[in-house]
Amino acid sequence: MNKPKAEKQNREPDTDVVNKNINLEIKLLLEAIYQKYGYDFRNYGQAHIKRRVLHRLSGSNLKNISELIHEVIYNDSFIKLILEDLSITVTEMFRDPTFYKRLREEIIPLLKTYPYLKIWHAGCSTGQEVYSMAIILKEEKLFERTQIYATDFNQLALKKAREGIYPIDKIKEYTRNYQRAGGKNAFSDYYTAKYESVILDSSLKKNIVFAEHNLVTDNVFAEVNLVICRNVLIYFNKELQERVLSLFEQSLMPGGYLCLGSKESLRFSSAYKHFQEIDDKEKIYKKNFYLR
Amino acid sequence: MEYSAIVIGASAGGLNALKTILTGLDAEFSIPLLVTQHISAHSDNYMTVHLNSLCKMTVKEADEKEKIEKGKAYFAPPNFHMLVEEDYSISLSVEDKVNYARPSIDIMFETAAFAYGNRLIGIILTGANNDGAKGLKTIKEHGGLTIVQDPTTAEVDTMPRSAIDLFRPHYVLKLESIAELLNEINRKNKYRDPRIH
Ligand SMILES: C[S@@+](CC[C@H](N)C(=O)[O-])C[C@H]1O[C@@H](n2cnc3c(N)ncnc32)[C@H](O)[C@@H]1O
Repeated sequence: MNKPKAEKQNREPDTDVVNKNINLEIKLLLEAIYQKYGYDFRNYGQAHIKRRVLHRLSGSNLKNISELIHEVIYNDSFIKLILEDLSITVTEMFRDPTFYKRLREEIIPLLKTYPYLKIWHAGCSTGQEVYSMAIILKEEKLFERTQIYATDFNQLALKKAREGIYPIDKIKEYTRNYQRAGGKNAFSDYYTAKYESVILDSSLKKNIVFAEHNLVTDNVFAEVNLVICRNVLIYFNKELQERVLSLFEQSLMPGGYLCLGSKESLRFSSAYKHFQEIDDKEKIYKKNFYLR
Repeated sequence: MEYSAIVIGASAGGLNALKTILTGLDAEFSIPLLVTQHISAHSDNYMTVHLNSLCKMTVKEADEKEKIEKGKAYFAPPNFHMLVEEDYSISLSVEDKVNYARPSIDIMFETAAFAYGNRLIGIILTGANNDGAKGLKTIKEHGGLTIVQDPTTAEVDTMPRSAIDLFRPHYVLKLESIAELLNEINRKNKYRDPRIH
């Protein structure tokens, strides 16, 4: 077997130092963003942050992250780019159809017993998740008695969410998801196609309030029966996950439900003791009735 | 050199290739493995369950924020990128596809290179695109050991060839020899990194 070539030993000796410097600069960058603009990324998963920052750097003509910090402080339009880099808004309608099926079949019937319903979609991105919920509620004849709060800290995403206009090339996937999720009608009942876009039926927007809310820095704003927060916690470190999960716990009425993303879990958090696991795979939890 | 982790990227034909390597590892193999295998977004956990039943080491789908432990193989879940944190835990992400893939090999390689530096081994196996080539080069630049499956022995040779076209990896080997080399490294590996348990 060949021995590794000599170049292995001659590796640049200073990659460790370079890496440490980069980490220091990123720390300073996040501190600058927080101090100047109030967005707090200091407890986000660092691998993701670093990747995105280095990506932004390599696509610019700045020499290093320190120069990027300068831009962030002195150039108000630059921060918008950075905020877009750091918040991942990828989403789809009826993402994880089995989750929506379970929700429709198991949870909605229980929620029907309430005269009035409040739902919070936290980290709703461009709105697809919220409209998926609206469609289910409509088909289950619950929409008229429901108030949905849909929040995100990304204003650009919220703007798109309010519009409810999506690229037409996504419709095939959305339709398939809708059907797998147990949809009762034709998915085309809910949109009109125009040029390269589909416009969602405006009646779906009726009981939805889209609002800016930052899970890291803002607090409880309503008491709700159902919290949906999917694929947001994966971007937070453990400490921040703790904070946000306790925020959800405080926002939920006794007997209310919490739904997380397929790869997120309540199990290892201190909020877990206030909940009962309803579905381990679809990550559905029910808040206990008894008082703490 | 002591190695703390091995990252493997595979695409078309990967399941068989991974089977050959993983079942070829010694019972006492302890260096953790992180695997990104391109897979359809809607697939279940068949692959990890199957490999786990065949292998001596624990093979599992990675959970988010899971600590990377000795003697385990972690697979990126379908439809999620797998990232390595510098505290040796795993993060998942749903961001856009990279090289038409989610999970993407480049993302895992690149973040693992930052986390492990020269204590990392990177391996590219069979596949029909060029994901992983850039990331493997990054691993080499950080002083890690790089291995590419010999394209003439690969079920689909595009992925190994893209890596070799981009830079010169330390080893180009057939699957059986990769397993043999890893065993040899594992035996020599004193593996006393106090930061990993
Ligand atoms: C990957 S998307 C998830 C969208 C949707 N829930 C889904 O699962 O398809 C993550 C969203 O979380 C939002 N987000 C990230 N950090 C946030 C914070 N601190 N407060 C509120 N929203 C946040 C991002 O702007 C983004 O829209």
